[in-house]
Amino acid sequence: MKLPYRKFKSFLITRFVFFNGIISIIVLTLILIFLVYNSFKFFAEYPFFQFLTGTRWAPTSTPEKFGLVPLLLGSTLVTVGAILIALPLGVGAAIYIGELAPRALREILKPIIEVLATIPSVVIGFIGIQLIVPLIKSSFKLPIGLTALAGSIMLAFMSLPTIISISEDAINAVPVKYRHASLALGATKWETTYKVVVPAASSGIVASIMLGLGRIVGETMTVLMLTGNSPRIVFSLLQPVRTITATIAAELGETVQGGLHFSSLFAIGLVLFLITFLINLIADRFMGRIKNN
Amino acid sequence: MKKRYATQKFFYILLLIITMIVVAFVLGIIFYLVFKGARAISWNFIFKFPSNGMREGGILPAIIGTIYLMVGTIIFALPIGIFAAVYLNEYAARNKFTRIVRLSIVNMAGVPSIVYGLFGLGFFVLFLRLGKSILSGSLTLALMVLPIIITSTEEALKAVPDTLRHASLALGASKWQTVLKVVLPQALPGIITGSVIGIGRAAGETAPIIFTVAVFSTPGLPKSIFDQAMALPYHLYILATQVTNPPKDFQWGTALVLLVLVLFFSVTGSIIRVRQRLKKKETT
Repeated sequence: MKLPYRKFKSFLITRFVFFNGIISIIVLTLILIFLVYNSFKFFAEYPFFQFLTGTRWAPTSTPEKFGLVPLLLGSTLVTVGAILIALPLGVGAAIYIGELAPRALREILKPIIEVLATIPSVVIGFIGIQLIVPLIKSSFKLPIGLTALAGSIMLAFMSLPTIISISEDAINAVPVKYRHASLALGATKWETTYKVVVPAASSGIVASIMLGLGRIVGETMTVLMLTGNSPRIVFSLLQPVRTITATIAAELGETVQGGLHFSSLFAIGLVLFLITFLINLIADRFMGRIKNN
Repeated sequence: MKKRYATQKFFYILLLIITMIVVAFVLGIIFYLVFKGARAISWNFIFKFPSNGMREGGILPAIIGTIYLMVGTIIFALPIGIFAAVYLNEYAARNKFTRIVRLSIVNMAGVPSIVYGLFGLGFFVLFLRLGKSILSGSLTLALMVLPIIITSTEEALKAVPDTLRHASLALGASKWQTVLKVVLPQALPGIITGSVIGIGRAAGETAPIIFTVAVFSTPGLPKSIFDQAMALPYHLYILATQVTNPPKDFQWGTALVLLVLVLFFSVTGSIIRVRQRLKKKETT
């Protein structure tokens, strides 16, 4: 009598643990389902081609315009700007901390950079409004300082903890014998670093940049507060722009639930979800390569 | 040869400067916030309700709202996160399916916070009809911090030596008893680390709560989990962008309170983690 009961109990427990274990799959699936479900009205009523190629995002004009291009361009502009700033800073700092800094200094630098990862994005945005925006306004003599550049600068710093910590891990994972071999051949320490260590760590560095990129593309509050929120087609970092994330955050509160505008915001949320999902998959590919080495 | 060493020197200095720029940015933000915010902090600021359209009074309801959200988040995220980690480390086979589970945890961590906000609105607020409430907000934030708790717990479970599991099983305990009474207590510091870092993260997030719980102002403190609430990050966002001419001190003060709250949790988590690592080094 006791044994079947115990067996049944262990069966239930195994099921219970399994259900918790696959929570990540359940949640990702639910997110996808509900983004599709809520954007269904939009895709059914608004021509898909006009959504993809439309150059105006004007949800309150008559007729409403839901062109993805200005938002996608805004996100791209801010992201490219941020990566251009984050790349030299992040990889440079990772090389310094991982390869050159004395041990004691390294132990001080690492927690300081970790702290940066925990500062809330709304605080970063606020600091940006107070310090960076006026600085940009005066140094470029612009009418307003709320520009793509302001967002790019702050986002770059927000992505640094990710880029630095993962790049540094990759640099540390390079076998010491590589360095010894290079030094024995007469290379200087710096030549060893940039001709041997950095190339050997390159897939980890690429992974770190992809993860940083994912963070930048998905960041909302900082860009909402700093980039001026103007959904127009511009090609300059010194102009106000509107990203996909900021559009959702700014407009969702003011829409009629179940309406076309409401639904369109889930549609661009779906686009954002797919973009970041893709970026993370690519990052994971490169991360996998480090583990295999 | 001289030239090669000169090149080396040049790049060493360049990289040092780059690193110092990053460090200066972090320390600069923190010191500036403390410097500017400290002037605003007073008994009234912390313990009074806002009045006159956020231009007078204090931020008490935003602090309380954020504390409710932190508690709610951890209540939902902790049990699921722990058992998800138990599954991965104790039950799952090393096969393709488990690899997909791990990949989806990484991907979950990469989902933008605003997408969690959209999902929270679509699923908890509208579909499950929980409304814009502390409950919806906590559930949304819980999903967001799950990957942090799972990863941290799993790392701790991995560090529990197999000899302990074998001893327990040899004494006739079932696998489940072993997990609950032997493995999990050993992994407690790692679980606490993940929880504390997760709570800190939940406290600072804005995008997931805008549509699921946060409101501009409330008449009193929330009375049940089905009430809307104010929250510090949303309050700062409102003060910084929506209120016309708020007192500067109020903005800086709110930012400082939020930063201190978040840093308190993340630093505590890091300290526990570092201590554990040092201990492990001593024993091995």
